Amino acid sequence: MTALLEVEGVGVRFGGIQALDDVSFALAEGELLGLIGPNGAGKTTMLRAITGVIRPNPGRIRLAGADITDFSTDRRARTGLALTHQIVKPLRAMTARDNVALAAGHAKTTNVLAALFAIDRTKELARADELLRLVGIENHADAMPSTLPLGALKRLEVARALALDPKVLLLDEPLAGLNHVEAARLADTIVDLNRAGMSIVLIEHNLGEVMRICPRLMVLDNGRRIAMGAAKTVMEDPFVRAAYLGREAGDAAA
Amino acid sequence: MGSYELSLVTLAAIYVMLALSLNLITGFCGQISLGHAAFFGAGAYAAALLTKSGWPLAPALVSGAVLAAAFGFVVGLASLRVRHDFLAITTMGVGFLFIGFVRKQQGLGGELGLSGIPDHGLGPWGLAALTVTLAAATAALSLHIRRVWAGQAFAAIADDEDTARALGIDVMRYKLTAFVLGTALAGLAGGLFAHFTRFIIPDAFGFTVSISILAMVIIGGIGSTWGVLAGAVILTLMPELFRFINDYKLLLYGGLLLLVMRFAPGGLAGGIAALTARLRGAT
Ligand SMILES: Nc1ncnc2c1ncn2[C@@H]1O[C@H](COP(=O)(O)OP(=O)(O)OP(=O)(O)O)[C@@H](O)[C@H]1O
Ligand SMILES: [Mg+2]
Repeated sequence: MTALLEVEGVGVRFGGIQALDDVSFALAEGELLGLIGPNGAGKTTMLRAITGVIRPNPGRIRLAGADITDFSTDRRARTGLALTHQIVKPLRAMTARDNVALAAGHAKTTNVLAALFAIDRTKELARADELLRLVGIENHADAMPSTLPLGALKRLEVARALALDPKVLLLDEPLAGLNHVEAARLADTIVDLNRAGMSIVLIEHNLGEVMRICPRLMVLDNGRRIAMGAAKTVMEDPFVRAAYLGREAGDAAA
Repeated sequence: MGSYELSLVTLAAIYVMLALSLNLITGFCGQISLGHAAFFGAGAYAAALLTKSGWPLAPALVSGAVLAAAFGFVVGLASLRVRHDFLAITTMGVGFLFIGFVRKQQGLGGELGLSGIPDHGLGPWGLAALTVTLAAATAALSLHIRRVWAGQAFAAIADDEDTARALGIDVMRYKLTAFVLGTALAGLAGGLFAHFTRFIIPDAFGFTVSISILAMVIIGGIGSTWGVLAGAVILTLMPELFRFINDYKLLLYGGLLLLVMRFAPGGLAGGIAALTARLRGAT
């Protein structure tokens, strides 16, 4: 197994909060890695550092061997990193299909001057339909995002991320807000994608689904990596249990 | 058509160019500019100085557009990184700076402005035909941009910059491109305006003009080429046709702006679209 995504010694500070503290991990090609941890553990911050929305200090990020730490977010997206947001962010002024097609056209929007002349969208629209079908919302292709239920919007995020033809797919709580059945279905879709060769980092609070689909887990707590390894071993780790239980005890006391 | 009507046509066409050029920046790309008149002025002064020094009209107009675009590029580079509301304030500042600068330049005629701008030699019909053609070309360009991939990218940026970035779109470059295109066209309109009036003063390019152009865009329907075109024509002609309105022009623009914001945020274009949808629904 070769490492596709390497995160090395990443630290992120927001004012007085150390959101991430010296976190390292590697994602192997074709792997599905679960990233879990209590609220505020730094999971979203980790994804944002990987996609370049925030700059880690210190820390390096490598994708397929290339150091991308100094790349802008859009360049990282074009290099092969795609993200789905914890809070869905469809482009509200265009249909679901156009949302996906725009991402599928990333090669055509790279050069601004060329993009001022390129009109043909046939291939990208076809690709968008294919991806909408893959995530199971092809019947919503012509709908404006504001009319779609959360379950469909969560799937739209996944379809749009896939349209970037990423090397690594970063999913931030794709199952949150979905009911039992919807969550299980989307989790199955994620497994299918992974089986088809996609390398995925999955942040999820739904531990049942995480245990079901992720062979390997990394656990963050208070910005630190407290465990990493086979899902079962990790969940039996006393530190991990303490992190979750401590949190619950704290919540109960509050 | 008499010379008065021809002058109205010319003036309306110039304002159509201005409004459509701002629509590229504000409507398509979502970047509010409160200083568009500065680029209009830059093109006007540049073209006027050039023809006064003996240049033929065409290269002077093109140079005015290029100078305005260069000015737009610098302003864009300095201000487009910041967030929306900041951009509005920055461009407003640029507008005031421009006026303040021009007023103090003896070479630009200072407060008294530039007079004696040479006759364009086209005659009233010729100038009207030229401005209308260029306004039509600007409209055609706008419609074209909506259809190409860059138009999709602009729409994404106008919607949500961070998401656009996550989709691989180089937001800064696209914004800068919209800004340069828009300011170039404003500069071209400026050159035409200078040779249409043959006398320009700094106040012709002040804050109220910037706001009037923005009002045309918003009242016409932000982002809609046809709506903005109609908005520019109506708002230019109304005060001219009804002289009594002329003294209350700003009052009229302000009132219309408030009405649009309250009742039809999509402007004329949005209102008409909603109306036809309702009529279709009724039959
Ligand atoms: N932009 C920001 N500014 C200041 N503090 C922030 C910012 N973003 C995150 N934080 C803080 O950093 C810490 C980690 O937040 P993060 O969103 O990464 O947690 P998370 O693990 O994704 O939590 P959740 O499960 O609730 O989504 C939290 O204490 C949070 O309040
Ligand atoms: Mg989070």
